[in-house]
Order: sequence, then C-alpha cells, then structure tokens
Amino acid sequence: MSDVSPLRSNRATGSIARWGRRPETGLSALLFVIVTAGWEIIVRLLDVSSLVISPPSAIALALWGNLGSARFYYHAGITLWEILAGFVIGSLVGLVIGIAIGQWKILEKTVYPYVVALQTVPKVAIAPMIIIWFGYGLASKIVITALIVFFPVVVNCIAGMEAASTQQIEMLMSFTASRWQIFRMVKLQTALPYIFAGLDVAIVLAVIGAIVGEFIGSQAGLGNLLLQKNFSMDTAGSFAILIVLSVMGIVLHKLMTALKRRVVFWMEPEATIATEAT
Amino acid sequence: MISVTGLNKTYATRAGAPVFALSDVNLEIAQGEFVTVVGPSGCGKTTLLKILAGILQKSSGSILVNGTPIERPTRQLGVVFQEALLLPWRNVLQNIMVPVEIQGLDRSTFEASARQLLRLVGLSGFEQKYPRELSGGMQQRVGIARALVHDPDFLLMDEPFGALDAMTREQMNLELLDIWAQKRKTVLLITHSIAEAVFLADRIVVMSPRPGRIVDIIDVDLPRPRDLDMINSDAFGTYVRRVRGHFGSRGMDA
Ligand SMILES: Nc1ncnc2c1ncn2[C@@H]1O[C@H](COP(=O)(O)OP(=O)(O)OP(=O)(O)O)[C@@H](O)[C@H]1O
Ligand SMILES: [Mg+2]
Repeated sequence: MSDVSPLRSNRATGSIARWGRRPETGLSALLFVIVTAGWEIIVRLLDVSSLVISPPSAIALALWGNLGSARFYYHAGITLWEILAGFVIGSLVGLVIGIAIGQWKILEKTVYPYVVALQTVPKVAIAPMIIIWFGYGLASKIVITALIVFFPVVVNCIAGMEAASTQQIEMLMSFTASRWQIFRMVKLQTALPYIFAGLDVAIVLAVIGAIVGEFIGSQAGLGNLLLQKNFSMDTAGSFAILIVLSVMGIVLHKLMTALKRRVVFWMEPEATIATEAT
Repeated sequence: MISVTGLNKTYATRAGAPVFALSDVNLEIAQGEFVTVVGPSGCGKTTLLKILAGILQKSSGSILVNGTPIERPTRQLGVVFQEALLLPWRNVLQNIMVPVEIQGLDRSTFEASARQLLRLVGLSGFEQKYPRELSGGMQQRVGIARALVHDPDFLLMDEPFGALDAMTREQMNLELLDIWAQKRKTVLLITHSIAEAVFLADRIVVMSPRPGRIVDIIDVDLPRPRDLDMINSDAFGTYVRRVRGHFGSRGMDA
C-alpha cells in the first residue's frame, strides 16, 4: 500500500478489452466452473478433512445459511458501516489535506513530510493502540479504516493537481483569473480522475482496514465472526464470510467506477485509469 | 498606446546555457492599430505575446500602457493562444464563457454575445459539444470566440488561423477585420503567413531569431476596408516581397 502510483492510462489495452469483452466473460465463467468442479472433485476423491479445506458445496451451503440468518446481517451491517464511515472520513480528510498541499507550495514542504511519516507507520502495528484509545466498539474500526484510506487519497490528489496544464493555467490567468478560480476551473478538474483512482484504491483498502480492526479487538462484525469460525474450525463458514467480504469489495469498487464515469464524463471513453496498490 | 522599450527576455534552461528569446525589442502600438508579427519559428513571437499579456516575466526593459507599466493581465485583454487550450470538461459554450465567469460579468447578456460569436466563427449548433468532438480547426475557432466574448479593447492573437484551411482562413481574416473596424480594437496578431500579415496589418513587425529581435517594421498603406482582390495587386506584391526579403533564400517555415 506504500507504493500508490498515482495514475496510468492505457488506451491500447482499454480498447482491446472492449473489443473482446464477450469471449472474456465467457472464458472467466468457464474458468470458475472448472476450478470449482476440480476443487470439489479433488476434496471428495482424496477425502480431505473438512477442517483443512471444505468442498465448494459445503461453502455454498454455509453461505446459504448465512444469507437466511438475521444475526449474519447484523454483523455484515456493522462491518459495512465501519467501511463506509471510515472511507468517508478518511477520504474527506485526505481531500482537504491533499487540496491544501496542492494549493499552497509551502505546505508541501512543511506538512507533507509528516503525512508520509504517518504512512510509513504500519497501521496494523498501531491498531492495538487505537483500540485502547477508542475502545472495542465501532469508533476504533472507523479510525483504523480512515487512517488506511487517507493516504492514497492525499497522494493522488496532490499528483492530480500538479498535473494541471501550465498552458491552461496561463490561459485563465490572461483573463485575470484568481488563484481560486484557477483551482476551481482547472486544477480540481484535472485532479478528479486521479482522485477517483485514489478513492478506488481506498474503498478496497477500507474493507481490509475494517477487518483488520475487527481482528484485533471487536465485539461484532464480519471480522469478528470470521475469528469465531476459525476458532471453531468451521472452514466452510470462514470461506462463506470471505466470499461475502469479497462481494462487498467488488460492489463498492463498481459503485466507485460508476460514480467516476459520471463525474469525469469528459474523459475519452477508452482512456482508463488504473492504480496499483498492494 | 502601448510602448515597449528595450525589452529583453532570457530563459534559463536546465542544460545551463540561457536562451536569448528576445533582445532589445522596441515597439509602439497606437490605440486602434492592427499590428502583425511575422518571423521564423523560434524567433520569440510567442514569448513577446506572453510578456505583453502579462503572463510571462520579462528579463529587462519596460512596457507601458498609456504611461503605466503592466505587470499582470487586465480585463481589457483578450488572448488567442497558439494552441486552442479549451477545457475538456466544458462544452463549447461553457468554454467561450470562461472570461465572463472569471470577470463576474452578467451571464445572460454575455451568453447572447457568445452565441453570436459562435455564429461568426461558423460553429452555430455546436454549443453543447465537447472539445474532443471537434476538429483542431474548430477548437481554434472556439478559442477565438473565447478571446472576444468579453469585448476586450486589446487583442493578442498567436497564429489564430494556423489550423484552418485556406478558404476558412480568408473568411476569418475578413471577419476579424470587420470586428476590428466596428469596435476599434487594438490588435497584435502573430502569423506564419506573409500574405496574411500584409492583408491584415497597419504595420508589420518582422522578427528574426537567435537572438529574437525586430529587424524591420513596415507600414502598410493599402486602402481599407480590405478585400480579397487586393491580394493580386502590385502594391500587395511589393509588401510581400519586402517581408520575404528579410528571410532571404532560406525562406520561412510556412
Ligand atoms: N519556457 C521556455 N523555456 C526555455 N526556452 C524557451 C521557453 N519558451 C520558449 N523558449 C525558447 O525561446 C525561443 C523563442 O520561443 P517562442 O515560443 O517565443 O518562439 P515562436 O516565435 O513563438 O516560435 P513558433 O513560431 O514556432 O511558435 C525558442 O528558442 C525557444 O526554444
Ligand atoms: Mg509561437
């Protein structure tokens, strides 16, 4: 997560993907079927203990059971709330600080080093302390999530504002634009695709943040439930939760992409922005 | 009246050796005058325009507008840049309205003139299009409309018609002369086309590179209003030859 490269656009691969979208979906569905079937067959043939690994059928059953239980929705709701609250707080703070640093050069020299220093501290390592400070409830998870979300947003916001075209800025200046008009008309607009790339990384990191927080100390949530399943050696139940978490992440990512399309509608349709995060 | 005296501009470069973009430029432009600037690529035309616009720092010399030095752009200035420089997130009409928004002028009044200018540059019906849907020449014409929308007294134009075909270009020349004659604007227009420089100008400033300097200023005494037939006249040919004479057998890249 420390190497959040701000932006990469690749028209070529974008248009190739579009050209061959159908065969791709077909192939990936086929891959899913083969892997699942293979997994099921191997587990059954070799008679692997269900404590080590469960067959997909057992996982599907556990998943089905979860989806019918109110308790499960309670836990999922808590985790989702932690993710969303942490994401919103972290990215808002990230935006404000990122924009401030992008707008006032002096802050880049004075404030940004501390931001980077904060980032180099592994969040997992300080999570126990955050739980001591903010308790076992939701607040500590939201803080951990916000801390993780914050950095990619700041970095991409700064990079995006720096990418603003000097020529466009000169054009605005020639019509007597003020600093804030230049910010509003060019810098922010240029930064938006970068910011969205950062938010896209952040939303996925938010899921990780909430789960890490719950692992370290919690009373509820999917992370908490996952720990319980692990302790009771319920492998199928664990997998079922992992699948729900992964679906949550995918849906949030898709929502982000849809929002990006609406806000940065003016970008060439085939230009895509990808951001790496680990 | 704009008077430029002893203007110098050197760019510091990463390689170390400074670039002498402008050297001892002296020029007076009277109110309502139409001045064109010709010169080979890299002779400092854009540099001169940006300094006059107040968006580039000069190295030395003085620029006075009616006796007061200019340090930054004024509201009475309209600039057409060498590239169209449209904002991709704004549609054509919103792009033209940029100066109006910046200067806090009355939106509805000026939107009417924006639409009128759009008609003038032959782009009625393109109001809602986005820049990426326009050709290079169309984008440049939107840039021209943007420079005129707030009705500035002083127009700086950097190869405004460079991206246009010969026919559209001639038509735009005539339109520009119309606007200039009606509103009595002061115009400084950079061009690569010697014929265009002669056709439009009261005076032609001829520049030469390394270091960028003015080598000749030619008064053009062709009658006004100008029409396209004049291009074939002897007098016109004489001016063209005089300008071309400065570039010798090397010719000019246009
Ligand atoms: N920002 C800059 N930094 C360093 N050198 C520059 C810069 N801008 C221009 N120059 C140099 O100054 C000289 C004049 O450039 P300028 O853009 O004014 O030329 P021009 O006459 O407008 O050319 P063209 O007709 O090709 O547009 C060139 O040699 C160029 O390399
Ligand atoms: Mg130029």
